[in-house]
Formats: sequence, structure tokens, C-alpha cells
Amino acid sequence: MIVSSIKTFGKYCMFMTQVFRIPDKWRVFFSNLLFEINKLGVDSIPLVLIISLFIGAVICIQMTLNIVSPLIPSYSTGLATREILLLEFSSTMMCLILAGKVGSNIASEIGTMRVTEQIDAMDIMGINSANYIVMPKILGFVLFVPVLCVFSMFFGLVGGWFIAEFTSMLTVENYIFGIQSFFNEWYVWYGIIKTVVFAFLITSIAAFYGYYVKGGALEVGKASTNAVVSSSILILLADVILTKLLLE
Amino acid sequence: MIKAENVSKWFDGQRILYDINATFETGKTNLIIGQSGSGKTVFMKCLIGLLHPEEGQILYDGRAIRNMNNDERRQLRTEIGMLFQGSALFDNETVLGNVMFPLKMFSPLSHAGQLERARFCIDRVGLSNADNKYPSEISGGMQKRVAIARAIALNPKYLFCDEPNSGLDPKTSILIDELLSDITHEYGMTTIINTHDMNSVLGIGENIVFINRGHCDWTGNDKTIFRSKSQSLNDFVFASKLFQEVKLVLEREAESNGK
Repeated sequence: MIVSSIKTFGKYCMFMTQVFRIPDKWRVFFSNLLFEINKLGVDSIPLVLIISLFIGAVICIQMTLNIVSPLIPSYSTGLATREILLLEFSSTMMCLILAGKVGSNIASEIGTMRVTEQIDAMDIMGINSANYIVMPKILGFVLFVPVLCVFSMFFGLVGGWFIAEFTSMLTVENYIFGIQSFFNEWYVWYGIIKTVVFAFLITSIAAFYGYYVKGGALEVGKASTNAVVSSSILILLADVILTKLLLE
Repeated sequence: MIKAENVSKWFDGQRILYDINATFETGKTNLIIGQSGSGKTVFMKCLIGLLHPEEGQILYDGRAIRNMNNDERRQLRTEIGMLFQGSALFDNETVLGNVMFPLKMFSPLSHAGQLERARFCIDRVGLSNADNKYPSEISGGMQKRVAIARAIALNPKYLFCDEPNSGLDPKTSILIDELLSDITHEYGMTTIINTHDMNSVLGIGENIVFINRGHCDWTGNDKTIFRSKSQSLNDFVFASKLFQEVKLVLEREAESNGK
């Protein structure tokens, strides 16, 4: 188990050295990069908005229902909602969700290219297939994910505002005052730094599993599942390490 | 010309190829034939350089692959065109996009020049009306033709085809064979076709290498294949009922000539 894990990690590192090479043609690379930013990043905006809006609303309801002590000020609901969104939800939870969407997309796409010999076709043409296919995906998602993180933070807070506006659970003034109180700008950067690391993990691990698929459709499905499971576990591990490093 | 000298290949301690010697001539359609599992695909992958033989060497016009540095190998790759068994077309590109791909990556031509070359190749394989269709929108035979157009886009010196007729009806198979033969003679390429289709053998087999259980058992051409003394080749050639009939006719002819 340990030996095979070390071997897999070694293979992953070798794969990354293939991926991060100077592209054969910069014009083609930038065209692919824009395509991937659109496909992996821009296309994920609706999912991020919907989830953030609803989770922001739910967090706000939970905080209102659970913070009932008269000793705790009423604006705490807004403050707690903001802290949860900034510190964990918009980075870690959002990336766990995106690992499912983006990770499975990448692993299945590259896996299918492998089993249908499209990658072999590139290799025979003399193209560095790992660099051509994978680098635009990794860089595209890593570059765009901070935008998704900020969108998630903003729409999560909007979700909480909806609860304040359209229910009688708390007042809008209290909620707005809460989300403005004791604001620490570093928490936003902390969330963004985490999402960049997680985005790299999601895309590179999914690409690794897809690139080395052997067999047929069944193996592509397995690779896709393995990619999501592995990247989710590594995101949680990286979350612990980054939290210790960045917040202590 | 491509030459294989004493090529041997092992997988996990099991020997797959045994000292294969073969010469594939320029301007001819060279066929590698043999039963499924005989090692012909492994041999072809060794020829292309996707697999490295443990013993022996592959020479491209006298240049040994194993002695080439990375730049030379990269240069060689641009001189190779490959037609895969499943066509291996890029799903997210149209027919034109697929043929443009190698040009986009390697051709010094301007965009207009690349487009002109791609359209010429598409016309050459008879698909001028399918430019904007995706691979999933065209038939298997058309996909093979697109793959041929892509393979010849950079004017390769060497063309490899892995079972170009698999999954095609006999009529389309003949069309593909004729197209490969025409292109080979027209551009003076060294074409190597991996097949077990006897129609191809008889139609375009100008130089044939027969692989049996990892050994090169026979070399010849479509004129000499029926007169071979090799038992393993005869078992392969006369496996179908049609060719058993042919064999009987040949034997009767031989007997009457003897009388």
C-alpha cells in the first residue's frame, strides 16, 4: 500500500514534469487556455452562484435559530455567516463540489481521449500530449478559480440577506451590521489562496488519472471516480495544512 | 525505406517478438499480416517508436531510432503519418479542424496556406462536402478517410496504418485500400499497413511480411503468397472457405500442368 502510493506519487511528479514544459506553439496554447477558462471556469459560475446563494441562506437561518442567548448581540448572525462563508465554505466546500464537476469532466475527457487513441495520435505527430492537453486545463482553472471564490463569498452573503429581507427571523440592519463588523481582509486572501491550491489539486489529479487510463469505457468511469475521491481527500488534507500555515 | 534488424521484444519476461528482420520499401504498400495475437501490432509500435525493442534496431533511411537525440526524434515524428484502427479523430474538432491540426502545430504556412492545404487533403480523400461535420456525424468509412487526410497533411515520408479496414464493409474496404495505394504511389511514401484482411493482401500487397507467434515466417508479395511453402502462412491464407476453394483450383491447375 505504502510502496504503491509512493510509486503513484512518483509517477504523478514525472507526469507534472511532462505537463509543465514550454508549449510547442504559444498561439495555440493561449487559444486552448481561453477555451478551458470558459469551459471549466465560466461554465461553473451558475453552479457556484446557486449553491452559494442557498447555502448562505441556510447558514443564516441556522445561525439565527441557534444563537438565541440574550448575552450574544443580535448582529452575531451576520458576523458568523460571513466568517463561515469566507473561511471555509467559499474555498473548501466550493472546491469539494467543483472537484465533482470539474474533476470528473477532466478525467473522463482525457480518459476517453486515451482509450480512443487520440493521445497516441498526438504523440506520434511529435506533440507533447500531456503539455498540450493538460497545461491549459490546470492553468485555466487555477487562474479563474479566485473569481469563483469571490463570487461564492458575495452570493453566499446575498443568500443571508434574502433571509433577513424576506423573513422575520432577523432585521436587514442587524444582518448588514453583522457582516461589516470585525472584518479582517486577510480572510478573503486566505480563501483565495486556498482555492488556488485546491484548483491545482483538482485539475492535476483528474488529468493524471485520465491520462493513464488503460482499457475501455469501464476504466474511464473508474478513473473519473478515483480522481474525484483522491482530489477530495487531498483537498481536505491541504485544508488542514493551509489553515495551520496561514491563520496561525 | 524502413528496416527492422533482429528486433526482439519482451513484456514482463514473456518474449513477444523473435529476431524479426524485415525491409519496407519506399513507394510501395508494405503489409504486415498475421493472426490476431501474432505480435504484428507490437512490431508496428516498435517500428513507429512507441515501443522500444530490447534487442535489434529500427532504421529509417539508414538512421537508427535508438541513436537519435530528442530533436532528431521530434523531427522524425513530423515525417510520420499514422492511421489508427479506430481513426483516433479529435471529437471536439470538425473534419476540417482535424486535418488542420498537424498543420497548425508544425506547418510554417500562413493560416490561409494551411487552410488551402487542409482543403486539398480533404478533397483528395473525396470528402469535400463534409468540412464542417464532426466525427460523430460521419460514417466509419468517412472517418477513416478523414484520418488519412490528417495523416498526409504534412506530406509525410512514412505512413503507418493499423488495420485500416476493420469494421468496414467490403466495398468501403476496397475504396480505402485503393486510396492508400494511390496516395503511396502519388507521393512516393513508405507505407506500412497492419492487416489480416486477405482482400487487402491481394489488392495492394506489393511487399508482405507474415508474422506468426512473434516470428517473421515469410516475406513476399501478392503474386507469390499462394505459392508459399510455409505451412503457417498457408494455414493463415487458406483459413476461409473462399480461399480453400482457390487452393483447390490452384492444386488442380498444378496437377494439369504436371500432366
